[in-house]
Amino acid sequence: MDRARTALVRLTDAAVTDVLPWVGKLSWLTRRSLDELGRHTLGEDFEERSRELVARYAAAGGDPFGLDPEVAKYAVMVCAFFHRVYFRTQISGLSNVPDGRVLLIANHSGQVPIDGAIIGSAMFLDARPPRMIRAMVEKWSQTLPFVSTFFQRVGQVVGVQENARRLLEMDEALLVFPEGTRGISKPFQHRYQLQEFGHGFMRLAMETRTPIVPVAVIGAEEQYVNVGNVRWLAKALGMPVFPVIPQMFIPGGQLPLPTKYHLYFGEPMSFEGDADEDDGLTEERVWLVRQTIQSMINRGLRERRGLFR
Amino acid sequence: MATASDKPAPGDGLRVERQRPDRRAGPRRKPSDTPGAVVITGICGRLGRRLARRLHRERLVIGLDRREFRDRPSDVEHHAVDIRRSKAREIFRRSAIDAVVHLGVMHDPRGGSEVHHAWNVVAFQKLLDWVRSYRIPKLVLLSSANVYGPRPDNPQFLSEDAPLLGADRFSDIRDLVELDMLAQSFFWKHPDTETVILRPTNIVGTVQNAASNYLRLKVVPTLMGFDPMVQVVHQDDVVRAIELALAPGVRGIFNVAGPAPIALSKAIKRLGRATLPLPHTVARAGLERLWKFRMTSFPAPELDFIRYVCMVDDRRAREVLGYSPRFDLGATLASIDEERWV
Repeated sequence: MDRARTALVRLTDAAVTDVLPWVGKLSWLTRRSLDELGRHTLGEDFEERSRELVARYAAAGGDPFGLDPEVAKYAVMVCAFFHRVYFRTQISGLSNVPDGRVLLIANHSGQVPIDGAIIGSAMFLDARPPRMIRAMVEKWSQTLPFVSTFFQRVGQVVGVQENARRLLEMDEALLVFPEGTRGISKPFQHRYQLQEFGHGFMRLAMETRTPIVPVAVIGAEEQYVNVGNVRWLAKALGMPVFPVIPQMFIPGGQLPLPTKYHLYFGEPMSFEGDADEDDGLTEERVWLVRQTIQSMINRGLRERRGLFR
Repeated sequence: MATASDKPAPGDGLRVERQRPDRRAGPRRKPSDTPGAVVITGICGRLGRRLARRLHRERLVIGLDRREFRDRPSDVEHHAVDIRRSKAREIFRRSAIDAVVHLGVMHDPRGGSEVHHAWNVVAFQKLLDWVRSYRIPKLVLLSSANVYGPRPDNPQFLSEDAPLLGADRFSDIRDLVELDMLAQSFFWKHPDTETVILRPTNIVGTVQNAASNYLRLKVVPTLMGFDPMVQVVHQDDVVRAIELALAPGVRGIFNVAGPAPIALSKAIKRLGRATLPLPHTVARAGLERLWKFRMTSFPAPELDFIRYVCMVDDRRAREVLGYSPRFDLGATLASIDEERWV
């Protein structure tokens, strides 16, 4: 037992004194070259923006949910490639997003939640001042190693109401897709038709007096063409839907089609009143937001010249 | 559960008194300007000694602990008796006691669950009996935020009315949950006594608890891919919270937290210690083996504390108790390496 213990102590000692500094050096080197890459491809402006965000969160005494802008900026660098080069996002109405607490309500589409990442990149890279977008993730994601840590560092929080309320009280920008899975996995023939909206976001907005900015995402629907849903397979696998995406069988088709993304940010909508008072009132207001987004989508589709232009 | 202004239904207390008349009960003592004696159970623990030192200049402190009180201040009265014995009852009978602070909770999971239950639950029930029959106006229980339990679906900050699911995944602490519940039902049944339940997050300092012992390891094992946000609170901030809870008029449940939360890996880094990330399956299997042979003081279910978030919202304590932590994060973390004397 004693010998085993000494060996263990020696091993950990060696690990601490010899291996760790090397690991540290290596990670420092990768970090520096990544920073260099970021400056090269995204310009000085990117550095400035991430510095500004780091300073803002540091001044607030750190984010209680574990958002680390120092780490998040590398995630944004990856998203920036898709945002700027791959999908060539065109943004309008970004100045409609007010400072302070705000709820971004968007249509959800495209089988894979790239739309969220693109909205996040736009707020980081193009909004002035830069904002970190917070969104909510499934509870079970917390049980996955690395995934849970990644989500935490880039500012995603567990999807419970208390967390959403706290984020808004901290004057953060919260992105919500009220359609949920109904929206993202809908088949191709239902593209750009908003599905049923959940009511949670409206109660939240009324309780915390948060302005709502409607957001329309155009282009995501065509990135993966979903021709149908295999119900029995979805049921067997415990998934909400099992989409059939033919392009997945073509080599390289696993990547989304490089459609052109258009983001439209609408004028902020404010709702006053007691959320518990009248369910009919809440419903009516949800309907109003939904209609606003649908008409923004319709206008965007009319103005678009083609899928890839 | 209750806010400070919450008054239980008046009928409640009357009914209970009718059920169990106690002739020995004297007239109810009201908390006055010159505070009366305070009984501290488990006074010989590190937290208990610190609390005694804070209180003994202002009021009579009566210690109740099976252990001997080494270097006890001369004006602290100490009785080395088991709370469950009738000798302990004598102390309540002869002295004018204004408050009871129950710190004598056994947390060490190595004791075995039988011993735990016998000590923690039976002793606390006895204590509640005496608080009721001698009409002691104040009872403070030091519970813990662990009663909520670390869970993947926890909100980032748990409020006092969150369900107590701590024993769900870690059954060895079910007696701690039971204590908290007993105190809660006592709160409702006996409105004459101001019952306060404090649920502090991970207490660090010279204390010997899982959190401090974990951070004191030379190489700190962590779970690969998990890095939850954690809260720590300095032991003296907890002592301060107990002091505030002793103020007349304060009742109810209060979460107690320290400075702003920090990611576990960053906390360990600030302490200048090395981490050893292990995959969860390996860590769990290894710890189970080690625990079997009593080679570690950490039972395997405690791994959840470095896997999922278990943080509390201390807004109530700040607003009602007037509590705020005095130690910042650096000082709080550094306190684990301080000399181990009081």
